[in-house]
This record gives sequence, structure tokens and C-alpha cells, in this order.
Amino acid sequence: MDSSQFFGISGIAYILAMVAYIAYLAFRNSTVGVIATTITAVGFVSQTIAFVMRGIEFYDLGQMGVMRAIPLTNLYESLVFFVWCLILGYLVIEWKYKNRSFGAFITPIAGMALAFIDISGMDKNIHPLIPALQSNWLLAHVTMSFIAYAAFAISFATGIMYLAVTTENKKSGAYIFWTVTLGIFAAVLIAMGIDFMAFKVAARSPEAFIQSYLFKATFRNASGIIALLSYFGAAGLVFLTWRYGHALKKLIESFSISQEILDDLTYKNIAIGFPIFTLGGLIFGAIWADQAWGKYWSWDPKETWSLITWFVYAFYLHARFLRGWRGNKIAIVAVVGFVCTIFTYLGVNLLLSGLHSYGGG
Amino acid sequence: MSDKKENRNVVDKIWNVFSSITLAVVIFSLISITSIVGTIIEQQAEPERNIKLLSKFFGESFAPTVFKMLDSFGFTNMYGSWWFMTLLFVFAANLVICSLDRLPKIWKVVKEPVKPLSPELLNSMPLKKEIFLKGRVDNARSAAEAALKGIGFKADIHAEAGGVQICAEKGRYSRLGVYVTHFSIILILIGAVVGIFFGFNASLNLLEGTSSAIVYDRRTGKEIPLGFDLKCNDFEVSFYDNSDTPKSFRSRLAIFENGKPVKINGKEVTEIDVNSPLKYKGITFYQSSYGFSPSKDSLFKVSVTSGAKKEDISLRFGESFTIPGTNINGKIADFSPAIAVDESGKLFTYAETMNNPAVFIEFTEGGKQKYSRWILKRYPQTWTVPDATVEFKDLWGAQYTGLQVRRDPGVWIVYLGCLVMAVGLYAAFFMSHARIWITLKEEKGGVKAFIAASVNKNKIAFEQKIEKLAGGLNG
Repeated sequence: MDSSQFFGISGIAYILAMVAYIAYLAFRNSTVGVIATTITAVGFVSQTIAFVMRGIEFYDLGQMGVMRAIPLTNLYESLVFFVWCLILGYLVIEWKYKNRSFGAFITPIAGMALAFIDISGMDKNIHPLIPALQSNWLLAHVTMSFIAYAAFAISFATGIMYLAVTTENKKSGAYIFWTVTLGIFAAVLIAMGIDFMAFKVAARSPEAFIQSYLFKATFRNASGIIALLSYFGAAGLVFLTWRYGHALKKLIESFSISQEILDDLTYKNIAIGFPIFTLGGLIFGAIWADQAWGKYWSWDPKETWSLITWFVYAFYLHARFLRGWRGNKIAIVAVVGFVCTIFTYLGVNLLLSGLHSYGGG
Repeated sequence: MSDKKENRNVVDKIWNVFSSITLAVVIFSLISITSIVGTIIEQQAEPERNIKLLSKFFGESFAPTVFKMLDSFGFTNMYGSWWFMTLLFVFAANLVICSLDRLPKIWKVVKEPVKPLSPELLNSMPLKKEIFLKGRVDNARSAAEAALKGIGFKADIHAEAGGVQICAEKGRYSRLGVYVTHFSIILILIGAVVGIFFGFNASLNLLEGTSSAIVYDRRTGKEIPLGFDLKCNDFEVSFYDNSDTPKSFRSRLAIFENGKPVKINGKEVTEIDVNSPLKYKGITFYQSSYGFSPSKDSLFKVSVTSGAKKEDISLRFGESFTIPGTNINGKIADFSPAIAVDESGKLFTYAETMNNPAVFIEFTEGGKQKYSRWILKRYPQTWTVPDATVEFKDLWGAQYTGLQVRRDPGVWIVYLGCLVMAVGLYAAFFMSHARIWITLKEEKGGVKAFIAASVNKNKIAFEQKIEKLAGGLNG
């Protein structure tokens, strides 16, 4: 068996785990809960094996030593590693807090990330390192960035859950904020799913996919009517999320996840993610850029967006400590932070050009 | 008198503005929003590219006007514009003044070691525990000392009426972590300013075999003298097997001062590649790109083997060589930097760089055509011809190396700032200031122990420690 088969197993496992966790939430059967955890753990082990195997394949191909055999050199590999970090973080939380309910909120993110890989038809082949990436900083910079991204992703999930639990009034800003954010997330993912089914794309690179296929079946369809219908559909989805969002509150509450735990988890993940992101993402990135390009900071889109993300989380921490912000206000900042993180990670690679464009291959 | 008072008020007001978190939020937002615009508008690009981009949003007819507006506000080179610099400066000032404003209070806490407190104050601590111990105060005291040691605290004992009060603390200086982090940001900004004012950022394209004593500023194109000569002896790209993915590209550089070669690390020629630059006299040369620019002086380097005889030959386009030990001549008749075969079997050049260089050699004997061959540098199976093996080694003097040249005396301040930031972040996020007070009082039949404690971060882990401490007192 090679690494891709193990990756395949883990992908299926996470999607099954997502179903199992949701079933666990719905039926509250502890056997289902144990099954969900087992499936997740199996997926995690399988992904770990796959990751090591891909590293070995990479080592054989590149012949550049262990430090440069880390399979984290393109969008596909980095997404897979992100999912790995996320599941690891989740398993730690499940074990520490003795609560399985978060699984239903975390595994969908993992499942969506893996689905995105397939939908976008991105290149899964192992490619040898181009000269700019042949540095020992690659390991430290990329792994730490992704650990931070994963921590931020968890804070996003708990942040949304917090807002879902604390907001009741459909006209309140916080309620509208979280339901609309969640609705847009869902709409974009569904639209990408339709693209995939409509075109059965196997475009070589995500750039090619974005340019030629993304939203072509929906929002950017040649037929104005379909495009218009797509916008109505998306608006409808957002409306439905808004209309029935309170159902989520009942669900979470029925599992005795308290507001305090959610707030605490959001904060803790940001408190772990922020220093790791600063050190690994910004500082190590700057040192590496200095050595490779002769410039530690060049305001290219990736760097600029990292800085914006950093500002948002710095604001979260300062608002919490200096102004004593708690509750909805601070949860909204956490959610905004992750939206910026996604843009730094995916949006820049897919939509903006710059020195980092090799990350899209 | 009143004038002075008014002045004071103005200073106070300015101080208050700069020390407010509201200003920080405004500055964060302004820097973020303008930066977003800067990532969409391509920086320092040809106007046409941005006008094309803008026409998608504003339509063909409005795009040039919008572009002119953005251009006049500096959005096409915004990270170097005066107003963006001003924003960064206000950010720095805000950070300094915010920190100075809050530092005295924290400094007081940091300067003063933990000391015994009154029962009322101890009662107001967030963590409290009361236990009754058998035996005497002295025994309880040594048990407390040992238990504190067990959780990593050093006991400080003070005698009190009817007993003792033991104080202990850890991580007092971690309270400064936030300020250390803020200071590091200032250091990094200072380093950047030093780099801008006392350094340069230039580039240089150097053809194989040529040298230069000047480089060109990346922004203005102005000539900058190096103070020495830099020569490119050779440039080489290697590819991953059978592909056009470059594995590495490297230049062999040499430095001359007053015409004499200079040794760097004991070598006259230094090889650089993308992640390993050459440094000399505070100037760093980075390998950043390469290109192809052949001339009639470029030399074809071939190695011809016939039987046991081997000869290395350099010759120009159109010139001929003789296969050693024969009277067969080979003439360089054609060249392609990147040769490929199309579906119909025709040869064509697919790139303007030396991805797959090939040379066409016509062999003659006594003026009569014998045969001719394409010889490919990357494919040894093409080197064999009926009378010899002709290895095409290089076309020398045809490739130029693209160097990025930088002098940045501020980079060490930036690195120092990064180091300080790592320390500051560690203290701020992963360390906490924990204080414990234990009062031991004689009561009939034993000792009453009262534990009070507080921590500024990570409460759950600390509570577990206090549990352990209480257990230690009992045991």
C-alpha cells in the first residue's frame, strides 16, 4: 500500500466520523459516541502512517536529507497536514474535557477540507522541491503555521458554538453575524460541490480550477438566469440558517456544553495559536525570506494577510485583557480572525498573486 | 502660570490619545484596510495591468480615472508611501506610549517580592483552603517547606503572633512578557528604519565571464558603487530528471579588489544558490534569477574522446575542431537552448532559457560531408557519433545570473527583535505569576493551616498544584 491509499482511508474515516458524531448528538447513544471516537482515531492513525510514508517517498525522490523531506510543499500537502493537526487537537480536547459533542463541529471542518481537495481537483502528485523551497526553515515555518491554523480553526468552531448558545433574538447583531457567516460558508462549499459534479474536473492546479471552473456552474454561469438563481439559492440558504439557527442552541445545550467551556476553549486555542503563529509564521517566515530572497519583509500578499490576521488576534487578546471584553463581542472577533486565516491560507494562493505563488502547485 | 497649565493639559491630552486602546484599534484597522487594497492593486507594476484589473470592477470607461486617483494617493506603491509610513509610525508611538502608561503599575508588582499579608487580604484571594494538622507548628512548617518544594516553589518564612506565615511565588518577571513583546516590535521597526536609511536593495545581471563594480537600485534604477569588483565565473542550472523543474541554480562568483582576487573562507571562488548567498563587506549577493543572452563570443565547450585520447575544446559558433587521432573535422553549425521534438518529428526550440541545450555538429573529412548530429547536453546517449564520443559540456558566456544585492545594517536589530519577541511571547503566554501564602497557627491539639493563592493565568493547572500542596501538608 502506498501513502495515497492511507490518505484515502483517513478521508473516508473522517467523513464517517462526522456522520457518527452528528448521530451521537441526535440520538445521545454512548455506543455511537465510542464508535465515532474510534473511527476518528483510526482515521488519525492512518493519516499519520500516510504522512510518514509520503515523507519517505519524498525523501527518495529529493535526496536532500531528512530536514527537507517534509511533505509540506504544496497546497494539497498543507491542507492534509492542517486536517491532521485539527484532528489531533480535537482528540486532545475530547480526552481532556471528556466531552464528545465538539466532534460534530470539528469533524465537518476536517471533512470539508478533504472534500475541498477532491472538489478542486488539485494536484496530488509528489513534486520535487524547487530551489526556493530547499531550506531547513521550511520544516519549522510550515509546520508551526499549520499548528496555529488548526488551533484557530478550533477557536472558530467553539466561537460559532458560543454565539449559537448565547444568542436568541433573531434581530440581534450577533445572531445575524454567526448565522450569516455559517450560511455563507455552507453556500460556498455547496457551490464548489456543484462545480465538481457539473464538470468532473481534474484540473492540474487549483489556479487553473479557479480561473476556469470555480463557480462556473453557479454564480459565474454563462447563463444569467442560472447565475441569478444561484445567488437566490445562496441567499435562501443564508436565510434558512438564520431562520433555524436557534436549533443549534438546543442541540448544544442538550449536551451540557456550557458557555464558559466554549469561551475558555476559544481563548485557549487563540492563546496557543497566536504565539506559535507569530514565531513560526511571521518570524521564521521573515528569517527564511531574508535568506532566500534577501528581504525579510516585502509586503507580498501572503505576508500582508498574515499581518492582518495577526492584528485581529492581537486585538482579541488586548480587548480581552485590557477592556475585559467577554461574551458575544469577543467571540465575533475570534470568528473574524479565522475568516482572515482562511484568506491568508487559501484566498491568497488562489486569488492573489505574489512571491508565494509556488504554494499553489 | 496659566500658560504652563494649559501646555500641560495639551501634553496630557496628546498622551491620553496615544495611550488609548481606541487609537490602537483605529490604527490596526487603517493599516489592515489599506493593506488589503495594496494586495489587490499590484504594487510597482505596469499601469496597464492595474487598469485591466480595475476595469473588472468599474468598467472600461471609469478604470483609467480610478487608476489615476489611486495612483495619485500612492496606492500603486503604497507600502513605501508617506502616509503608510505615517500609519506605521503612529502605530509605534501608540505602542510605546501604551506600554509606558501601564508599565509603572506592573513594575511595582514585579519589583516587590511576595510578602506576608493580613488575614483580610488573604481571605480575598481567589484560591483558599483550610486544613487542620496534627502536631506542632515546627513540624507543620517543615512539612509545608517540603510540600512547596515538591511543586517547585521556594518557601519564605515569617514569624507571626501565634505561628508563622510562609510566602512563596514563581514567575514574577513573566508579568513583563507583554512589555518585552511590545519592545521587540519597536526594535524590529527600528531595524527596518535603519535598513531603509543606511542600506540599499539593488539587483545585477551578470553574464558569465564578466564583472561589475556597480549595482542598480531596485526602485530608482540608480547606480550604486560596490567598492570592489564582482565577477561571475560560471552559471549553471540543473533539472530534475527528464523535467523542466529546476533542481538548483547556482553561480560561481569571485571578488576582486584593486584587480587582485579576494579569498572568502579561504576560497577565491564562492558558489551561491537560492538559499545560500555570498556575503562580503556587509553586502549580500542572493541568487534570484537567471537568463539567456548569447553572443558571438559565447564559447561552446565540448569534450571529444576517440580511443584513449581525450581533448577538451572551446570554440565559437561556426568554428571547427578535429577529432583527435583522425582528420575528421566537426563544425558547430546550429544551436538550440531548449530542444524538443514535436509530434511530426520536427525539432523546435521550446524555451528561451537553457533548459535542454543542444548543438548541431557537421562532421567532414577532407572537405567532404560525412554525417551530422544534434548533441544534447542532458542526454549522454546523443554524445556517441561513429568516430568518437562528443560530450557537449556547456555554452559558456551565454547565460547571465540574476543577483539580488542588499546592504542592510538594520537586519541584526530586526533579528534581535525577533529573538526578544520569542522570549516575550513565551513569558506572556506560557508562564504565569503564581503566589502562595500559608499561615500556620497553633490551635488546641494541632495546627490550623490556611492556604491562600493567586495566579494570573492558567488557573486550572495551578489549582491542581494547590491540591497537591494541601495533600503534601497532610502527609
